[in-house]
Amino acid sequence: MVLAFIDHDRGTSNLVCLQMLTFGRQLAETLGVPLQALLIGCDAAGLRDDLHRYGVSQVHVVKHPWLEDYAPEAWAKCVAQVIKSLRPKVVLAASTERGNEVLAHVAALTGLPMATNCMEVNTGPPFQVLRQRWGSSLLEEAELHGDPKLATIAPHVIEAKEGKTCAEASLETFSPILEEKDLRVRVTAREETQSEGVDLRTASVVVGGGRGVGSEEGFRTLEELAGLLGGTVGGSRVATNNGWRPHSHQIGLTGNRIAPNLYIACGISGAIQHLVGCKGAKHVMVINKDSGAPFFRRADYGVVGDLHEIVPALISEIRKKKSA
Amino acid sequence: MNILVCVKRVPDTGARMEIAPGEKAIETRNLGFTISPHEECAVEEAVRLIEKLGGSATVLSLGPPDVEDQLRDSMARGIDRAILLETDGSEWDPGQTASAIVEAIRMREKQGNRFDLFLFGNESADSGDYQVGIRVAHALDVPCVTGIKRLEVQGEKVVARRESATGWEIYEVMLPAVVTVKEGLNLPRHPSLRGTMTARKKPVERLQPNRAPVGLELLRLKLPSEQGAGAEMLGQGKEAAPRIVAVLEELGVL
Repeated sequence: MVLAFIDHDRGTSNLVCLQMLTFGRQLAETLGVPLQALLIGCDAAGLRDDLHRYGVSQVHVVKHPWLEDYAPEAWAKCVAQVIKSLRPKVVLAASTERGNEVLAHVAALTGLPMATNCMEVNTGPPFQVLRQRWGSSLLEEAELHGDPKLATIAPHVIEAKEGKTCAEASLETFSPILEEKDLRVRVTAREETQSEGVDLRTASVVVGGGRGVGSEEGFRTLEELAGLLGGTVGGSRVATNNGWRPHSHQIGLTGNRIAPNLYIACGISGAIQHLVGCKGAKHVMVINKDSGAPFFRRADYGVVGDLHEIVPALISEIRKKKSA
Repeated sequence: MNILVCVKRVPDTGARMEIAPGEKAIETRNLGFTISPHEECAVEEAVRLIEKLGGSATVLSLGPPDVEDQLRDSMARGIDRAILLETDGSEWDPGQTASAIVEAIRMREKQGNRFDLFLFGNESADSGDYQVGIRVAHALDVPCVTGIKRLEVQGEKVVARRESATGWEIYEVMLPAVVTVKEGLNLPRHPSLRGTMTARKKPVERLQPNRAPVGLELLRLKLPSEQGAGAEMLGQGKEAAPRIVAVLEELGVL
């Protein structure tokens, strides 16, 4: 069987997990084995229908009084125990924070290798994966040893699609054996933060600034432009490392991944780490004084020139339009 | 407080990558090297912790002899000493890397040198395996918290915060512990001239680690197919403003 580990936050799963299930269903068909799912610690009612619609034939629900909230080591111990009892050929998780974390603990507990951020699996033998490096700027073909195979599926490499469901997904309860020590790492408290303004990750327009902006003050005109377009401002790693913007505004491999309708990149050359962060943008406009900046090759629209002249000119042009 | 920070040397890639002959590495002839960004913050955090709480910090890296540059750079920022697990520069998978690190830690422990805190990056910038710190924690039987962006040591305890979709998740674990961190934890300092001078005299211990059997075996690297035909140029300088506005209207953002 292919066993899919479902990561969820207090009963709510995520899109990447559904993509992973779609991936898992296709893999199970190739192998001629069923797709089963593993849910830890929550009342499965809410997620069970989803899992069934995505082609899961059996859902294993791990229940234990200590599994109310997220506890990565305890969750992994449960997964390892389920693996031992069900003997799946492949164990998949979504390449999300929790998916990667729990499966890495499983790998450490079982002494198995694990491949993260996979895009393709070739069941072989030998069992090979195609995986992403550098946030998908580079691809790696690798042989994954060990049995069962542990892999996490990269976000957005497949569209989440429901599959044909033959019968009702049956529900099996699994009671794990846990010690107090397994709970030494768990969420002990939460703080909810009220976000101010437009969220970078969901904004429809993002104005980004990099080295060319030159200073914290330089970002003021970008703020003004973003405000006029109902968007928000982000920065490259150069901008956040210089303290011109807080790190939470970084767009890139080690910051946020954005997916706006329009991304206006000002004074950013286009290093691969930055491109990873704005790959999801529908349209990209680049403003840079260096006509040879690599970002122009990856953009839809380009303007060559000094952003400190162009952005103010653009702002007054927009104001003219708006007042007309 | 005795801290071990594990870092990885990665190429400073810039705008495009090329695959080196043999297809197992990227071409680095014209590239500089750096520490993976998350780990740069781990180094900074270790320095801040010992500045505040006293104690010492050791930096460790596995890689070719040239990794000494990155170790010296960390020492220039305030780390006291370094351990270099020397390889021939070929790629070690995360399981191999973790067991080599564990071996080095155990050797230290036998000499009576115990660490209270092990800092790692959440994942490396290049291979992004998300597992070395976790594997080390299991081998040492210490707790592990990952993806941390705020860290506080309170006596025998670490309070660590991880960003969630709606705010922060808070974890509390007892020392010794492994903590894997993310960029944004702090703003790393630049090495001072004096720091760079003293770093030259700080000790680097070189070890030849044993290589465990491979689990994730790199066969070849390739570049993804490039999309996009290049930008439609809207003009030069501020004279382009009206055309930009026309595009904004076309795209429905105005």
